[in-house]
Amino acid sequence: MLNKKECVAMLLAGGQGSRLYALTNKIAKPAVSYGAKYRIIDFPLSNCINSNIDTVGVLTQYQPLLLNDYIGNGQPWDLDRTFGGVHILPPYQGKNKTDWYKGTANAIYQNIDFMKRYHPEYIIILSGDHIYKMDYSKMLDFHKEKNAEATIAVINVSLQEASRFGIMNTDQEMRIQEFEEKPAKPKSTKASMGIYIFNAEVLYQYLEADEANPESQNDFGKNIIPSMLRDGRLMYAYPFSGYWKDVGTIDSLWEANMDLLGENPKFDLFDKMWKIYSRNEAYPPQFICEGSKIENSLLTVGCYIEGYVKNSLLSQNVQIGKNAKVIDSVLFDNVIVEEGATIEYSIVAENVVVKKQAKIGESKQKANKITVIGSDVTILEDYKVAAGQMIEKDVRK
Amino acid sequence: MSVLGLIFSNIHSKEVFEITQKRTIASTPIGGRYRLIDFSLSCMVNAGISNIGIITKSNYQSLMDHIGSGKEWDLARKRGGLVILPPYGVSDSVYNTRLEAIKSIISFIKHSTSEYVILSDCYHVCNIDYKDLLKYHHEKGADITCVYHECLVCADDFMPINRLALNEEERVIEMQVLSTFSGTANVSMDIWVMKKELLEKLVDEAIVTNYRSFNRDILSKNLNNLRIFGYKFEGYFGNISSIQTYYDVNKNLLKKEIRDELFYQPGRSIYTKVRDSAPTKYGLESKVVNSLIADGCMIEGEVYNSVIFRGTKIGKGAIIKDSILMQDTIISEGKHLEYVITDKNVVIENKKELIGNSEYPVYVKKGGIL
Repeated sequence: MLNKKECVAMLLAGGQGSRLYALTNKIAKPAVSYGAKYRIIDFPLSNCINSNIDTVGVLTQYQPLLLNDYIGNGQPWDLDRTFGGVHILPPYQGKNKTDWYKGTANAIYQNIDFMKRYHPEYIIILSGDHIYKMDYSKMLDFHKEKNAEATIAVINVSLQEASRFGIMNTDQEMRIQEFEEKPAKPKSTKASMGIYIFNAEVLYQYLEADEANPESQNDFGKNIIPSMLRDGRLMYAYPFSGYWKDVGTIDSLWEANMDLLGENPKFDLFDKMWKIYSRNEAYPPQFICEGSKIENSLLTVGCYIEGYVKNSLLSQNVQIGKNAKVIDSVLFDNVIVEEGATIEYSIVAENVVVKKQAKIGESKQKANKITVIGSDVTILEDYKVAAGQMIEKDVRK
Repeated sequence: MSVLGLIFSNIHSKEVFEITQKRTIASTPIGGRYRLIDFSLSCMVNAGISNIGIITKSNYQSLMDHIGSGKEWDLARKRGGLVILPPYGVSDSVYNTRLEAIKSIISFIKHSTSEYVILSDCYHVCNIDYKDLLKYHHEKGADITCVYHECLVCADDFMPINRLALNEEERVIEMQVLSTFSGTANVSMDIWVMKKELLEKLVDEAIVTNYRSFNRDILSKNLNNLRIFGYKFEGYFGNISSIQTYYDVNKNLLKKEIRDELFYQPGRSIYTKVRDSAPTKYGLESKVVNSLIADGCMIEGEVYNSVIFRGTKIGKGAIIKDSILMQDTIISEGKHLEYVITDKNVVIENKKELIGNSEYPVYVKKGGIL
């Protein structure tokens, strides 16, 4: 009996995320924390399972240790399957050659055998860089209806922003006529979301041709898509409307976190029909002490709050001491903020300890840049970290 | 050394009858995100016990839903793992006592390859180190070790207690089931360890002689023939034996030292079913004081000295004091609750005020709309 899957997802999770600086020193970008209890990769993985795609290859390369651990057997996302499920695909040694993943297309090329094992009709390519909720099965329906060979998800951006994205120029039927990478004078506002559906056979063919071309940069946006367009392949743009955010920079990561706050947040995690799954640790519920105050914030298990928290997101097991203040900030797992310390307009990574009376950042009104503290750093008593600074190692007085 | 864990999920269900109308005592929600059985199960798992049977009798749907395959406790195992043992008729009726329950699963026990067995009820909120218990059992050269704690029993506690008298080497010399008592006593916590072989032998004898009570007919009759020792548990023990004690134990979890002891023991976490709720959201005008808040809540009102379970919504201007709100309770704007226990899925939308007192908290049953 031929066992097969209609659609296999390939999730590109090898990116370094160099514009997140200290936050990605030890971990890959998809493993970066977001929204108090998630990591970026929870979003594409949850989207897959919510869209009935149960076979996902996760391509890792840069600092994969935590990511491997985090994904594990895929159980938190219901992706522990006897046939299919989630598979981590690091670069490997082949019979004839050994290679790092040279580009996005090359990474997929090197795993053609993995995809072929499931005899899929369609391959969906995803990236681990974005925060969004999307039903891929609807995109697949669109792809089938249009009888397309490739479909690229697009989102409407403003004309000013358009020159930061890959822009699709389409006809009225949404067939792609032209693709421009970061155009100076954009002709449309349909930005590529980096989500592609291909007919599997067509994809294999183009990946092999791309690999054979020594000139190629082995990149989907730069090579595969343009060459398919040149050949007049049937390529369509699937319009997506809804929240979608690239969290590739400190500013955008901070903003995406803040988008969860407020009376009517831009992005809602409370939707029971589209749950986002994550790996949890066994902590008791959060405890809010006497004398504390929490305004407009998101907190999760294990937090212990004695101080003041405003417009902030606190991940698992964060402790805020008496008279400490956390304002307009994002704190990752296990951060300890001791008595009287202040954190404003900052992102503070895992396991950071902020000692008594230390001060990190400036108020959002005064500071022009977000302050960032990298993981495992200890900020000494009374120490002041100026607004916009990035601290990656312990600072001696 | 391999150990089989046996958990009785129903034995004390009648005592907290309000909450156990539609569930077992084992699946009674506690502490914001847990069910009572999480404590017994996690203690076993943390001692390396990976072969556990849960004995059920009735109302065990919510228990099965909570336990699932056991994967949250790392018990979805190919070898051993977790087995739910539904009632199996001993002559046409379902068992009534602990001993009859054991009789009904004797083939499961005999089939197990474990050398030892730990039997436990699950009305406990405590974190016992079973490794230490097993070590003690060996050191004493005991046939049976019974876990007990010293406590002050009040005359108006109507629940019968199983009082132990021990000699200086902690050997049990007398056991009495008392229905009225007042003063300090060593009370059995209904957790025992013994060789599996011995349990089988005792149960076989009981079948022949038609004994019915584990404590009275097996333990107290054998105090001279068997070396039965007491293991004194000195940590926090929240004993759920009535709706009042249910309320009190939840309130006790607001004390840091108790939470630290229960939940932050290195290598001995308490596991529970993951619900994948969003983080909890605090509104602009929220005020929360001295409260335990689970994930997935939306808090816009004021909460004082309370335990709030997963998925609860508290509207603007609502005031919640000294209350226990179980999962998915909805309190609409401006409501005032004091000393209230709301069961799962309760909606308070019409009643302006609901006020009990610390001895008699108001209880609103599952799905109630007031």
